[in-house]
Amino acid sequence: MRSTDVINFTWRSLAFARVRTALMLLAMSIGVASVIVLSALGEGARMYVVDQFSSLGTNMLIVLPGRTETVGGSPANFLGETPRDLTIDDANALYRSPHIKHVAPVVVGAAPVSHNGLEREAVVFGSSYEAQFVIETNVSRGKYLPKTSNRSATPVCIIGATIKQELFKNKNALGEWLRIGDRRFRVIGILSNQGMSGGMDVDETVVIPVVSAQAVFNSPSLFRILVSASNRDVLDKAKQDILRIIKQRHQNEEDITVISQDAILSTFDRILKTLTLSVAGIAAISLAVAGVLIMNVMLIAVSQRTTEIGLFKALGSPPKQIQMIFLFEAIFLSLLGAILGLILGYVGTYFISGLFEEIQFSTPWWANLSAVIVASLTGIVFGILPAKRAAKLDPVIALYGR
Amino acid sequence: MQITLKAVSRFYQVGEQTVHALDNVDLEINAGDYISIMGPSGSGKSSLLNIVGLLDRPNSGNYFFEDKNVTSLSEKQQAEVRQQKVGFVFQSFHLIPRLTAYQNIELPMLLSGIHPGERKQRVQAALANTDLEDRANHRPEQLSGGQRQRVAIARSTIMQPQILLADEPTGNLDRKSGNDVIELLERLNNNGITLIIVTHDPNLGKRARRKIRMEDGKVFTDSLNSVKT
Repeated sequence: MRSTDVINFTWRSLAFARVRTALMLLAMSIGVASVIVLSALGEGARMYVVDQFSSLGTNMLIVLPGRTETVGGSPANFLGETPRDLTIDDANALYRSPHIKHVAPVVVGAAPVSHNGLEREAVVFGSSYEAQFVIETNVSRGKYLPKTSNRSATPVCIIGATIKQELFKNKNALGEWLRIGDRRFRVIGILSNQGMSGGMDVDETVVIPVVSAQAVFNSPSLFRILVSASNRDVLDKAKQDILRIIKQRHQNEEDITVISQDAILSTFDRILKTLTLSVAGIAAISLAVAGVLIMNVMLIAVSQRTTEIGLFKALGSPPKQIQMIFLFEAIFLSLLGAILGLILGYVGTYFISGLFEEIQFSTPWWANLSAVIVASLTGIVFGILPAKRAAKLDPVIALYGR
Repeated sequence: MQITLKAVSRFYQVGEQTVHALDNVDLEINAGDYISIMGPSGSGKSSLLNIVGLLDRPNSGNYFFEDKNVTSLSEKQQAEVRQQKVGFVFQSFHLIPRLTAYQNIELPMLLSGIHPGERKQRVQAALANTDLEDRANHRPEQLSGGQRQRVAIARSTIMQPQILLADEPTGNLDRKSGNDVIELLERLNNNGITLIIVTHDPNLGKRARRKIRMEDGKVFTDSLNSVKT
């Protein structure tokens, strides 16, 4: 049989049994579409997190007080006792390492911020002049923290776009006074509108000198120290230096944890990739269900077309040919369903992207490929049994129904 | 000799009983012959036709087609013989409902992979022969019984077989269209094809040159040797 004839013949059979064909296509396309949409969601979430971290800057190391003794230990280990706090002096000492370019001591807390009778809760981010080089920071107007921020409690602040809007409306904010807790700060800069960065909404943040923040929160210890290495290649050396320097200063005890952004990033990356894969795997089950449906319907088709199969045999069609005709029909259906599913999946992804504008949803290439491959494999696997049954029919029984 | 059956038996197991559809049948058929097979229901007429058409295998005995033993051929080889040498005409036509008359006639050539250009030529000729030119694009449901059977005959002869096996070809037709069908079959026979018709209709049976009567799975009378067994 010529291949064009096979395609024509299959097309006619499928077009003739319209409801049957439509149902099978529906099942198959829903399966494929769910793989596409779910993996797009997972991949979108992953990209979002990766993006968040890369806006933190690429050469960054984070120094946390306390030490995790065992990898994957209980949360108590991680959050538990911190024998010695990190101090601003600890942070300044890190400049001794030749591999470290910038050090930004950080104190973070929530405090009420008010101006002219308007008050709201804001994230107060206490840091130093160097912070703008460690974390990607854009000041739209005015300037960032003064260079003395890690030495003296200068009463100045830089406010996020949302804070500016809510406390000052459209009036000029630069040079105005602001109350944070029970201290007064002069606004010297306004951050540009940049949304989320590193899990923090920059627009709702007030940046003040780290020494002032210690006074506001009445605590001498640092939340953490952000360090940027001279370049990516010395990240490891910088990490060793940090550990060595702080150990020296802390009576020879290694009581800090240094994490690189890469480590966090790769962990999140791994977690979300696994999540995406498992979600796509669940969706693939619906493909298998669609396959079983195809088998079912093909079996019914074989029994409905028994006399037709008998006729084929009488006309001298060898068993292999009959098997091929029915198998091709199943594969053709699966492939057609897969293509429809791809379209459906992309339309679905497009609509979901409209709902969550912050997140970029894109279906990874492997999801497209595997959805189509799995769909056609289901066609072959679940098409073989009905096709074999058709080929094995006894011609006399098939023709005369005896 | 075109067809030779030697001691061919075919039996079925029905419950605990063994039914002998064919019981030690010996038969020789010449090329170009016109044979009718008659007999009561269950006498083995259809079984004989199925064996001769290679749709069924005997339980014992040998079948020689054109002096070649085809009894033990593989299913694939038998299919090849059917495709090239044998045409079937059925009582219930067995046309494929979704295909037009043209496509139904074309089907055997489609299955054997004949070039589309030649297919077109042969289908056109067959449509002209069977007087169906204006029905080419009608589907079976749009055709009368006689037209359907003529489409089926055109299909069965499109591969230019040597023998044509017809099982009650007029069983579902009225007298007029039945006559048309028989005349068509006889015309094919005049052109050299071996025609074997299984029928209940005595008028139809009488028209054949050689008349075989079957009973209980045996050849009861055969007009060729006029011997009663």
